[in-house]
Amino acid sequence: MISQFFILSSKGDPLIYKDFRGDSGGRDVAELFYRKLTGLPGEESPVVMHHDDRHFVHIRHSGLYLVATTSENISPFSLLELLSRLATLLGDYCGSLGEGTISRNVALVYELLDEVLDYGYVQTTSTEMLRNFIQTEAVVSKPFSLFDLSSVGLFGAETQQSKVAPSSAASRPVLSSRSDQSQKNEVFLDVVERLSVLVASNGSLLKVDVQGEIRLKSFLPSGSEMRIGLTEEFCVGKSELRGYGPGIRVDEVSFHSSVQLDEFESHRILRLQPPQGELTVMRYQLSDDLPSPLPFRLFTSVQWDRGSGRLQVYLKLRCDLPPKRLAFRHCSNANPHKWVRHLSHSDAYVIRI
Amino acid sequence: MTQGVDMSGVFMEMVKASATVDIVQKKLVYLYMCTYAPLKPDLALLAINTLCKDCSDPNPMVRRLALRSMCSLSPNFVAKIALLFSFLDRMSKLDQWGQAEVLNFLLRYQPRSEEELFDILNLLDSFLKSSSPSVVMGAAKLFLILAKKFPHVQTDVLMQVKGPLLAACSSESRELCFAALCHVRQILHSLPGHFSSHYKKFFCSYSEPHYIKLQKVEVLCELVNDENVQQVLEELRGYCTDVSADFAQAAIFAIGGIARTYTDQCVQILTELLELRQEHITTVVVQTFRDLVWLCPQCTEAVCQALPGCEENIQDSEGKQALIWLLGVHGERIPNAPYVLEDFVENVKSETFPAVKMELLTALLRLFLSRPAECQDTLGRLLHYCIEEEKDMAVRDRGLFYYRLLLAGIDEVKRILCSPKSDPSLGLLEDQAERPVNSWALDFNTLVPVYGKARWATISKCQGAERGGLELPNTASLAASGPLIPEEDKERVQELSDSGALMLVPNLQLTAEYFEKTWLSLQVAHQQVVPWQGAVHPDTLQMALQVVNIQTIAVSRAGAQPWKAYLSAQDDTGCLFLTELLLEPENLEMQISVKQSEARTETLSSFISVLETVIGTIGDIKP
Repeated sequence: MISQFFILSSKGDPLIYKDFRGDSGGRDVAELFYRKLTGLPGEESPVVMHHDDRHFVHIRHSGLYLVATTSENISPFSLLELLSRLATLLGDYCGSLGEGTISRNVALVYELLDEVLDYGYVQTTSTEMLRNFIQTEAVVSKPFSLFDLSSVGLFGAETQQSKVAPSSAASRPVLSSRSDQSQKNEVFLDVVERLSVLVASNGSLLKVDVQGEIRLKSFLPSGSEMRIGLTEEFCVGKSELRGYGPGIRVDEVSFHSSVQLDEFESHRILRLQPPQGELTVMRYQLSDDLPSPLPFRLFTSVQWDRGSGRLQVYLKLRCDLPPKRLAFRHCSNANPHKWVRHLSHSDAYVIRI
Repeated sequence: MTQGVDMSGVFMEMVKASATVDIVQKKLVYLYMCTYAPLKPDLALLAINTLCKDCSDPNPMVRRLALRSMCSLSPNFVAKIALLFSFLDRMSKLDQWGQAEVLNFLLRYQPRSEEELFDILNLLDSFLKSSSPSVVMGAAKLFLILAKKFPHVQTDVLMQVKGPLLAACSSESRELCFAALCHVRQILHSLPGHFSSHYKKFFCSYSEPHYIKLQKVEVLCELVNDENVQQVLEELRGYCTDVSADFAQAAIFAIGGIARTYTDQCVQILTELLELRQEHITTVVVQTFRDLVWLCPQCTEAVCQALPGCEENIQDSEGKQALIWLLGVHGERIPNAPYVLEDFVENVKSETFPAVKMELLTALLRLFLSRPAECQDTLGRLLHYCIEEEKDMAVRDRGLFYYRLLLAGIDEVKRILCSPKSDPSLGLLEDQAERPVNSWALDFNTLVPVYGKARWATISKCQGAERGGLELPNTASLAASGPLIPEEDKERVQELSDSGALMLVPNLQLTAEYFEKTWLSLQVAHQQVVPWQGAVHPDTLQMALQVVNIQTIAVSRAGAQPWKAYLSAQDDTGCLFLTELLLEPENLEMQISVKQSEARTETLSSFISVLETVIGTIGDIKP
């Protein structure tokens, strides 16, 4: 169980402070944490720090520090899971998680903390259960409208406006049970993949690792049944074969505990009754033997200019996604300099170091 | 109830009374049940059932109260109740926090038979597949602890937990990744081959924070085997030229670690690194070589061939010391050794590090023994400097010592400097000895692996003795050193622990004078503090204590500062327990002091736990 919980901005300003056990310490503890964190030597991990009979555990989320303290030697996984769940919960209730949204919704945050934790013990983190106890309404920066097009049309790229929802569409708060339920019943489903790829100088792939998630953000009334269908050619493991050809393959897959898998085996359908808010429905991993080529290719050439003593390395990253797909942000870090480029639906660009 | 009459006869009524919505009343009823249930096993089933039912109550406050009341029951008692299994059945209805709490509570449980153990493990098996990492790790730890006599079960559990751990190591959350990596390392101490085929998952990405990269490099070092050594070394080789000097050095040390088993390949890589002529690389390579020739003498020749030229690229103290040591010990195989040392001696006046000068003295003297003609002059100049001009006392003393040693004759010098060394192969074996799972199972899924053993040791010293920690016997040491308790005594020990249930006599009528006299004549047997908030309500306290047959002799009124209470109790052997409760103003803790009329640790700890239960319950009751 935890003694204190606080949220700091990216600069270390305390936004929220809650003491659960009156163990002593006080608000100074937040400042102490930030000082310790910034003064930590590089090889020491900041994940768990110790000071004066107290353990500090924190996560970074959306630029904020979410910190819990405890004087007991408890499971780090429980602590991290709690902090992570709190981050999601605060995001659900405030619309999104950030310095602005927290500052605008301080009363709501404290109310949530009161209900989630009692004397440092977790009561519940279920959005459903909490809706019955939370009175405060979330304050959003501006009323949401699907016709708000100011954030669409990035980088001069053409978009088919009616088919593209702005990224702010999903960041409205989950409604408390008291408020008007006539808002749109919407569901947002994201497939998020993180690729870590190591490419040799001749272009061959040395290491490929894909971590994928299907994330759901639901504004439907809770208890609504939802069925998500994956392609029937979805194969799990190296030996399974469905349909013809390589299909869509992953090495391993895991599901949220609330997902019912009775139709998964036969038709690749996931059934669930999601609560309002954010949920990771499915996680999957894939490494090395990809069934389909990567969406990009890297071409390299190295030129050694003896005259000036300079080495010029050309890295050409070619995106093989069809032009209709949009990439919103692309960062490439080339050692030792950092270059940021925006990629529209173009095919290639050059980085010179 | 305040009359001190034995209340167990109204147990049934109490159970019915528990169906109340008044939380305060519920707490008192639970207190009653938890106290009397151990004494009346046939009624205990009823108590457990009630608590179990309340563990699934829709009201989270009720659930939490029931769960904590369950957890406050003594483990001995729980062992007598086979209804534990129906409790486990209900676990699936709890959320991940409840499950994790129960799994933690069950750590105290000792299965009575092998059959019972496997029944429990079968029931808990599904929790290893939970989508919540804290439940998976909690279940894994419970398995490891419960199955401490069955290493093959422990290995099996660690197999099952491999998937979730690897997924956590690749998590987007770097904090989760770090915690998982620390636990992977923990497992590798006992099962070095456990993650060998997944070595690629531990390759470092450019954007990872430093502390994660360091952990991954350590893991790579520990999971190396014949199949993956080539690829792992290639990957580490890439890190050795990383833009971050710290990280590059860590990678080089890692290669040094692997070199103990795969010497030739590693020495080859390290030698190639020297050719880069980078200071931060050269110094660490030379230090690695120094450590390596000590443990793996077979690589000495290769190292000696690589060394010439290094001296130009080393500026730091550690690097210089390592190089000088190598030149001293193995200088006969290195042609220009005396001349490199001579260079150091030429510059000794501007040498800032005393440790380097110490090493230089020893090395030169050693080399002198094998190459006297080339070193004599240099040695003389060095000794002269150290004795006449050197300001650091330790260096001067060593210089003097060597000078006198030389005066005593070459044989004396040889005797001192070339005395038999400890067998280096011992060091190798000790490092690589696999530790049994039971040596770290208790630390699994706690903060200990995340801090690391060394850091944790300093923290525990600061914190002092932990209260109420889980004390399980260290079976690893028992196994290694033979049975500590002879067979016939083991049964007696078993008996004593079985009879742990304390029997306090009801209706104790101690006078205040007798209490005071006895109190002053005894020493404090036990003292502790518990956190506390607000004032104490004497009526509630008195009533709660009466339930468990503790008599209140005297108590300050509510809000008095300081607030005190004196309690007495007597067990069925006539042993008296006198207690003082103290609440200082502004203190957020209550001090408990207990005196015992006969020194009996078993019954004292039972009394303490009863007292703690009551005070804990009172502390939670907010009017």
